[in-house]
Order: sequence, then C-alpha cells, then structure tokens
Amino acid sequence: MNRYSRWKYIFILAALVLGALYSAPNLFGEAPAVQISPANSVAQVNAALMDGVENTLKKEQIPYVGVSMDANSVKVRLSDTEVQLKARDLLQKSLGEGWSVALNLLPASPQWMAKIGALPMFLGLDLRGGVYFLMQVDMGSALNKQLDRRMGDVRQVLRDAKVPMAGVAHEGGNLVVKFKDGDTRTQAAEELRKGMRDMVVTSLDETRLALTPNPQALKSFADQALQQNVLTLRNRVNELGVAEPVIQQQGSDRVVVELPGVQDTAKAKDILGRTASLEWHMVDEEHMDGPSLQAAEKGLIPPGDDYYQNNRDGRPLLIKKQIILTGENVSNAAGGFNSQTNEPVVNVGLDTRGAKIFGNVTRENVGKRLAILLIEKGKGEVVTAPVIHSAIEGGQVQISGAFTIKTANETALLLRAGALAAPMEIIEERTIGPSLGADNIAKGVHSVLWGFVAIALFMSVYYRVIGVFSTIALAANVLFLVALLSLLQATLTLPGIAAIALTVGMAIDANVLINERIREELRAGQTPQAAIFAGYERAFATILDSNVTNFIAGMALIAFGSGPVKGFAVVLCLGILTSMFSAILVSRALVNLTYGRQRRLTKIAI
Amino acid sequence: MEFFRLKKDIPFMTYARSTTIVSAITFVLAVFFLITRGLNLSVEFTGGTVIELHYSAPVESVKVQDTLIKAGYADVQVQNFGTASDILVRLPLKQGESSAQLSEKVLDTLRANAPDTEMRRVEFIGPQVGHELVSDGAIALALVCAGIMLYLAFRFEWRFAVAAIIANMHDVVIILGFFAFFRWEFSLTVLAAVLSVLGYSVNESVVVFDRIRENFRKFKKASVADIINNAITATMSRTIITHGCTQLVVTSMLFFGGETLHNFALALTIGILFGIYSSVLVSSPIVLWLGATRANFVKTDAPAQQQG
Repeated sequence: MNRYSRWKYIFILAALVLGALYSAPNLFGEAPAVQISPANSVAQVNAALMDGVENTLKKEQIPYVGVSMDANSVKVRLSDTEVQLKARDLLQKSLGEGWSVALNLLPASPQWMAKIGALPMFLGLDLRGGVYFLMQVDMGSALNKQLDRRMGDVRQVLRDAKVPMAGVAHEGGNLVVKFKDGDTRTQAAEELRKGMRDMVVTSLDETRLALTPNPQALKSFADQALQQNVLTLRNRVNELGVAEPVIQQQGSDRVVVELPGVQDTAKAKDILGRTASLEWHMVDEEHMDGPSLQAAEKGLIPPGDDYYQNNRDGRPLLIKKQIILTGENVSNAAGGFNSQTNEPVVNVGLDTRGAKIFGNVTRENVGKRLAILLIEKGKGEVVTAPVIHSAIEGGQVQISGAFTIKTANETALLLRAGALAAPMEIIEERTIGPSLGADNIAKGVHSVLWGFVAIALFMSVYYRVIGVFSTIALAANVLFLVALLSLLQATLTLPGIAAIALTVGMAIDANVLINERIREELRAGQTPQAAIFAGYERAFATILDSNVTNFIAGMALIAFGSGPVKGFAVVLCLGILTSMFSAILVSRALVNLTYGRQRRLTKIAI
Repeated sequence: MEFFRLKKDIPFMTYARSTTIVSAITFVLAVFFLITRGLNLSVEFTGGTVIELHYSAPVESVKVQDTLIKAGYADVQVQNFGTASDILVRLPLKQGESSAQLSEKVLDTLRANAPDTEMRRVEFIGPQVGHELVSDGAIALALVCAGIMLYLAFRFEWRFAVAAIIANMHDVVIILGFFAFFRWEFSLTVLAAVLSVLGYSVNESVVVFDRIRENFRKFKKASVADIINNAITATMSRTIITHGCTQLVVTSMLFFGGETLHNFALALTIGILFGIYSSVLVSSPIVLWLGATRANFVKTDAPAQQQG
C-alpha cells in the first residue's frame, strides 16, 4: 500500500532536477557589465552596433568576457569594476550622444542557463539599492491646458462656418463662448456640435454656450496624458543612463519609477522631478504699450492674455493664452551657437504637425514676437520671446535669447527629454543605499538559514528517520520556491525573504501533522505500514484546510497590499503551493522508497 | 523522542469559564491601550520623511538632533538605530515643502560636520499615500476575515466559522495592543505579519475543528464537551511542535533579521503564542456555547447508517 508507481517517482525526481536547475543561477552572483541602449528614437540596436562595440574595445585593448544583444540594448560583460568604468567612458565617447551607456550588473551564471530561461531571482530595490518614486499626475491642470488648446479649435470651427462670436473663455472645466444674439448662438451650437464631436455643447443663456468634454473624451485624454508622462519620464531616465529602469503606470493617475543601482539620487530627482513643460504662445503686440502694461501690473489684464513679469531678460510681457505648440511637437533639440553672432542658441526640430502649425503661425505673424514659456509647478516663466523675422517652414527653429552655453544646453535637454503632458509630484520616495541592500540580503539569508537548521535539528531528533525525511522535504520546498521565484522573475524584497523564512516555519506543519498521525495510529495498534498509510491519508484533509485559509489571507494581501506587503504575500502564496507538493509527495516518496517494499515491517523509526 | 504522551483527555472545557475571563481581560486591556496610547504608526502610514544614516564612528543622537534643530528643522526626531553609529532621522510632513530637496538638505547639513556620513536609506511618503495604506490595510483585514469565514462555513459549519474568527480577531487585537502598549513602531511589514497571523492562527482552529468533526463521527455517545476535549488533547502535541518550529524560524528572524524584520518577528511571536491559546481556549468554548451538536456534522451520514 505504501508504494508509488514508477512514473510518480520519475515525476518527483524530474521536479527536483528542474528545481535545482532553475535555482542554480542564484549561486553564481553578479558580474560587472556595461549596457548600451539608444538615447533617442533614431538610434537602433543591431548587429553593426555590436560589432562596433567589440571593435572599439579590441582597439583600445580592454578585455571583456562577452557581448550579448537583446531587443533594445547591447550588454558587455567585464571582469572587474575598474575595467567596467574604463569601458563605459570609452564607449560613451566613441558612440556619441545618441546612446546611453550605463553601468550594470549581469548574472554571472553560464550563458546556457540564461538561454533556457534560468535566471537568478529579480531583486527588489531594498536588496540591490536604488531609488523608487511614486509620482502623482495632476490631471486637473492637464485638463485645463487641454481646454486652453481647444479654445483655438472653437475659433477655427466658427471662423470656417463664418459665425461671428464675441469671445471664448475658460471657466471651471468648461469653455464658455459668447455671442451677440440668440440666432447666432443657435447657429454656432449646431456648427460646434458638428465640428467638435468630443465636446458636449449646452446653452447657458440667451447669448452664451458652454462646451464640456464628454466622458469618453475625458478618459481618453487622461489616458493619453498619463502615457505621455510615462514616455517622457522614460526619455529623461535614458538621459540619466540607468540600466533596467522600471517606469510604469499605476492606477489611473500615478507613475512608478524604479532606478536600480542609482547612487546620485540628487541628480535623479532633479531630472525626474522637473515637472516642467514648454508652451509656445504669441505675444499680444496690440497691448504691448506702456499704459496697458502698467494696468496689467495692477491686475487689469486684457481678456485672453496672461501677464508675465519674470522674464529672463527682465521685461514684462502680455502673452496670449492660446497655445500654439507644446513640448509634444518637439522632435529634437540641441544647444549650439549662432553661426553669425556666435551667441549661444537652442536648435529645435519640430515634428510634421508642429512644423506645419509653426509655418502657418510665423507666416501670419512676421514682425511680432513669439514667447516660449517654461511651466514649472503651475508657474510660468518666459524663457525667450524672439521676434519672428520671416516665416519658418520645414520645422527647423533656432531660438536665441538670453542664453549662456549652460542654459542653452539645459533648455535643450529639457526640450529633448520631452515635456510632461501634466505636472507630476513625487508622493512617495524610497532610496536605499547599496550597502544597506547587501546588508539586507545577508540578514534575510541568515534568518532563513538558521531557522532552517534549527528546525532540521529538531525534526531529526524528535521524529528520527521520518523526521529526516521531513527535513529533506522541507529543503525541497525551499528549492522549489526559489526555482519558482527565479522562473517567474517575481521581485524579491526583504519582506519576501521573510516570507521564505515563514514558509519554512509553516510548511513543516504539514509534516508534523502527518508524523503525529502516524504515531497516533501506531499507538492505536496499527501495523507500521497501515500507520504510514493512514497517517498520510487522514492528515491530508487537515493540511488542505489549513493551507486554504493561509492562501486566502495571502491572496487578500496581494490584492490590497502595496510595496513590501505585496512582495511578502506573493512569496507566501507561492510557498503554500510548493509546500503542499513537497510536504506530501516528496516526503511520501522517501518513506515509500525506504519502507514501502518491506513486507514484514515491524518497526519504523519515528 | 516524544514530549506528549497523554493517557487521559484534559478537560479543557471545564476550564473554559476561567480562561474566557482571562481572554476577556487581556482583550479589554489591549483595546484600552489601543485607544489611550494608540499605535505608533510608521512614516508609511503617517506620511513624512525618514533618513537612515551611517556614521564611521558612534554618534550621539542628541547632538545630531541639535544640529538639525539649529538648521531650522524644529520637528525633527533623531534616534539611534540598531548600532551606536547608525541613526534614524524623522521629519514630519510639511505643507508646501518638496520631498525631493528635503533629504538632500538634511544630508548636506549633517555632512558639514561629518563629511563621511553615509546615506543608507531615505523614505518619503506623501499624505495621500498614507491615507490609502490605512484604508487598504483595513480592506485587506476585512477581506481576509470574510474569506476565511466563508471557507470555514462551507467546509464545516457557521458556528465554527464564527468561533474561529472571534478567536482570530482576539489574537489580532492583542498583537495590536502589545504594539500600542510598548509603542513599538507599526509599519507595513508589521501589518503583513498581523494579516498572515490571521491566516496562520486560523490553521490551529481548523486542525482542532477537523478533529472535532472526526470525533463526532467516531464517538456516537460522547458529550459535545468530551468530544472537544478529546480533539484538543489529541492535537495538542502537533500544536506545540508546529508552533515551536515556526517560532524557531521567527526567533531566527528576531536575531538575524535586523531592524526591518525585528518588529515583524515580534508581531509573529505574539501571534503564535496567542494563536495557540486562543484556538484551544477561545474558539473551542465558543463552538460549544454556540450549540454545535453531532447533528451539525453527521447529517449526510445519518440515513446511510439507519439503512445499514
């Protein structure tokens, strides 16, 4: 009765071998490496790049262990950190600005292991060090900006339909359009409904219409804004040269940024935390006279205008609210010098849409000024307000203003990294120094190790041979759990290691239940074979019940926990699954192998 | 080797009255401390900034605090963390101040005196995150309770579900009471420990209930109290050994796990101790008082037996 069929042994053995294979990469540690990834959309990872990298390294006689390529990066493994630094500097210099070359750590496990997907566990920031940011997107102000842009569309629709209007303004989430009389209002409502399908048009009174974005439009706008912010952050992170950054949407209005291994947190925060965006507006030349400016200073700002005093050149400006272009339309930017005046400038390339709009606007406004605003935390600053000398077609714009070489480069970086569709605020930050990460690993590993040793000693003494089997089953459980975590590449954190330890402590429960049952059956006068059989059979229902309740708790933690709690719960739940397998099948297989074939078994060591 | 070789059943149910009084008192005390002292919530829940620093030589937290207060951080709290050369700086949330610069400024201030100060960890939690964590924690707690009750009601009977949950909440409240009384810091990791105690300690009740069910089927004439006594006595050995083993690991965490895992292990230790007690002496008496009978379990078996 205590025999397993051959296939069952083979199955268990196969599971153990796979478990060993997939947990093995964790033993090799990590080797220094350099990671080369594109810093802009033009650069492409291909075989030519890989060859180039290898040739460069060979030419400068820098020894490397291996070069590998994946979808968006080339990684070079190196023997030590000194060579790593040298290689980074060399490659960055030879590849130029289109590429970001970052220091990285790669698993030192053999290549064939990586090929079959056997990778070490993915360590969380609390174990490897780095920065974690949770950023909240200010959707309200993103929406306001979007409405400002739609103002232009309202004007356009009504101009095309030749319906005169008396003004359009932005009032609390709506656009309000004024007309001379009821007839024009009715006519305009019809045209606007046709021309702006994503807005709900309602009459406020005899002469005014309100336009509100409909729910779908609001939602798709929020989605787009968030996606653009994610993209922008990704570009900015590329500028930082971080290996394996995580930039993810969380919920409807949040973005998670994880930068493993980043040491210079101040710089990271500076670049990420710039909630800046760029807007291009026309200067209201009609009101740029002395009296108007004096009135504006006292708060009497002409309708449709904004008043800016804090310009870089110190002169106040009245600027039209209507947005012509935003950072979205910028495809590239670089600091440089004007070839004639030798003054620092920013060269900006616009995308097709941006180029078209810019062409039209500049053609109609020769001689007027165009203001470029840098919006940070809801406050705008006029970076520069150059005069349009001629129509600028083709989308190549040179911005000159009160730039120094440094500010020109900074502005270019900001432009290049793209603008955020909506301002963001850091609402959670965790920075873990690298030494703390290493400490945490050591602490976690020691907790598991000594806990395991204590249990193993106790079980072997208390339940003798069967106790040794229980211990082997427990070891198999740890093996399976580590293999599963490596295979799933679930993030392992310190609470995750605590969960491994706790799994060790709780998984033994199943074996204790079984062993106690066997003893009890023996006391009740059963033969050893019958006692083993009954012990495993009867304990099963109890083991299942207790694991299900644990699992329920774990699932609730996964669903509602965040950060450390979630990491803990994932490991706990996986541990429950592996423990069911190892405590019941692995220990039984050992018992069966030892005792199952002895027909006249009179005594078992328990 | 064997610790427990009990010949006779221990009459646990006759002690039930006195143990219930003990439980009730502990519970009331725990609630009292929770209300009067409250939990010492970590920065994760309250919002604020925590900076962990490592000095090359032992430092006095008071001196660091003075330096920071002079630099304009009036609400700063500084304490030693683990060793004499590690310190923890806590700063409450301030309206309108950006987190990003705060930790840098603090670090710069301190480095002015001790240039080799090493930044080990910075945590900044904004107010909205803290509120969410509190509500998510409460939802998770409610969900775990509901899930476990449903499962137990399905596998056993509603009386068992109610009894197990009462026993468990008793454990959870007592853990919280300990944290309130000693003002130990209650962090997210501790919350994880408390919630896993819920799942873990319900195990204990499940094992006893399983035995009660089996006994109801086996001993047809015994009284309900005797059946429960026998079930508890029979599972006694397993209870002590299992929890002992878990405690071995938890103790290992307590010693080797460092500051982060210390309170986690502490919560588990209390949970394990009271889990044993409550499953034996809280949940089983409740089952008895709620009026569990043989008929609750052997309904399906009954017709078959009559025929036979």
